[in-house]
Amino acid sequence: MKLVTASFLPLLDASILIAAREKGFAEGEGIDLRLSREVSWANVRDRMAIGHFDVAHMLAPMPLASNLGLTPISERIIAPMALGSGGNAVTVSKALSEALDLPVSLDDPAEAGRSLRRLIAARQSNGDAPLRFGVVHPHSSHFFELRYWLAACGIDPETEIDTIVLPPPYMADALKRGTIDGYCVGEPYNTAALEAGDGVLLTTKNAIWRNSPEKVLGVREDWADDNPEMLGDLLRALYRSAEWCGTVANRRELATILSSGQYLNASAELLEAALAGPAGFEPFAHVATYPWQSHALWFYSQMVRWGQVEHTVEHASTASRSFRPDIYRDVLAPTGAPVPSANAKVEGALLEPTPVGAGQARLILGPDGFFDGRIFDPEALDRYISEQRRARN
Amino acid sequence: MNSPEPSVLVVDTNPARAAIIEEGLRAEGYGRVTLVVEMHGLAGHIAALEPDVIVMDLGNPNRDMLESMLQLARAIRKPIAMFVDKSDRESMERAIEAGVSAYVVDGLRADRVRSIMEMAISRFNAFSRLERELENAKGALAARATIDKAKRLIMKTRGMDETEAYNLLRKTAMNQNRKMVDVAESLLMSASLLGGDEENTP
Repeated sequence: MKLVTASFLPLLDASILIAAREKGFAEGEGIDLRLSREVSWANVRDRMAIGHFDVAHMLAPMPLASNLGLTPISERIIAPMALGSGGNAVTVSKALSEALDLPVSLDDPAEAGRSLRRLIAARQSNGDAPLRFGVVHPHSSHFFELRYWLAACGIDPETEIDTIVLPPPYMADALKRGTIDGYCVGEPYNTAALEAGDGVLLTTKNAIWRNSPEKVLGVREDWADDNPEMLGDLLRALYRSAEWCGTVANRRELATILSSGQYLNASAELLEAALAGPAGFEPFAHVATYPWQSHALWFYSQMVRWGQVEHTVEHASTASRSFRPDIYRDVLAPTGAPVPSANAKVEGALLEPTPVGAGQARLILGPDGFFDGRIFDPEALDRYISEQRRARN
Repeated sequence: MNSPEPSVLVVDTNPARAAIIEEGLRAEGYGRVTLVVEMHGLAGHIAALEPDVIVMDLGNPNRDMLESMLQLARAIRKPIAMFVDKSDRESMERAIEAGVSAYVVDGLRADRVRSIMEMAISRFNAFSRLERELENAKGALAARATIDKAKRLIMKTRGMDETEAYNLLRKTAMNQNRKMVDVAESLLMSASLLGGDEENTP
């Protein structure tokens, strides 16, 4: 057995790694997968840098941030696989939900945003303090999607709301105590607030950006270079695990596994509800594990938009190469898995599920893209970046 | 140029450990040390103190919050880097192993930062050792209580005196190549499964 060490944070989208160990998919590939629970993304980054972990459950923009030198310790990290799509939502306090004209459907971020904009305008004329939202990290899909949504609804997320960073397990409590008015966080921390009666769902990640990535498998590049076969074995094990996790009939068992004290330490009922819930964590369908370079580039465009990094050709290339669909394809295509033949796609081109080219296997993609109908074409990155800059001025 | 004495902020939700770090820093001659054990209002503390060094334990889930606050740089005057400098890998590794992180304002003299870091690392390690010893002591106490309970059970069911009961337990453990506490535990467990009296429930 080859030893592979991985870290995770207690979130629903750590499922693929946890099930790979618990259901024997890792063992089936000759891997002794050791999992270590961490309390912060900063710890994951630091302990990975000094070699405590080979791979990690990571926020999708984290490898980009590391490779672009935006973090205190900047190791080369690649993402040869995504760990599912969806699984986030925007939850607001009861008080805020009562002040808003809530949309009938969670799938209508535009209507929810209009209502929020009216309320913010009213609060501004009353001289009330800005609403405060919690996110888990500045280099996270939560942060970028929340801001994209607000900005597209005419709310300036830099001046018209306050944003603070909080650890996911503290969000619901902060909402209850009134420290924050809302948050964007991964499951089960939306369902938990909902079931406790402390929060109300306003919209979901899937409604803001359909079939979008959330966590990835972050791999130290030097480890990947030194252990290509072990990485291949690991990706095959995780792919099988994703397929198992994505099978509805396995939900109850998955929830029971995750509920254990060493993993999410939460009730199996709550986790099962979160797996089936509107935040829509999808471990497998629509190639949810494929690391699209267009996803990496969209995160990069948002890093530029909010001043985290300057746009240059080199930076864009570094960001794009942080995701490695080539490794995914080399490992998984020979197994007969449906793997896209493209490394990137136009986000927002597919309005409904669409069969596409994937070697011999049949592959359905989409729908993808953003709630406001704007298209992200990675070939036209410069134009996208300058248009969003113009929209801000 | 005489640089003023650096201000050190220690953020540790474990008050005992925070106190021994503070004590260590003061013993080294650092007078401007502030302890924060409560995370609420951390941003305000940082803005008011303008610390040159912030020490935080790795067990604190608020490291992401602290880093984002430092990156926004609204709360502080100068950019803050992590650890002494990125090239000092050995010191960084020892800090992470010890379970402590440090954030340092640009421009602070390297030797001062290093002495603060060394202090934090050694105090963190000392504290972990103490904790382990305490755990062991607690374990030893619990083992003794279990053995005493099993002894009383044997005395009652087999009509032995204390020494005979103890010797029986010890002999069984030696014959089975097990620890005495494990033998005692299995004895109490089977007694409770077989419906022994209340006192024997482990």
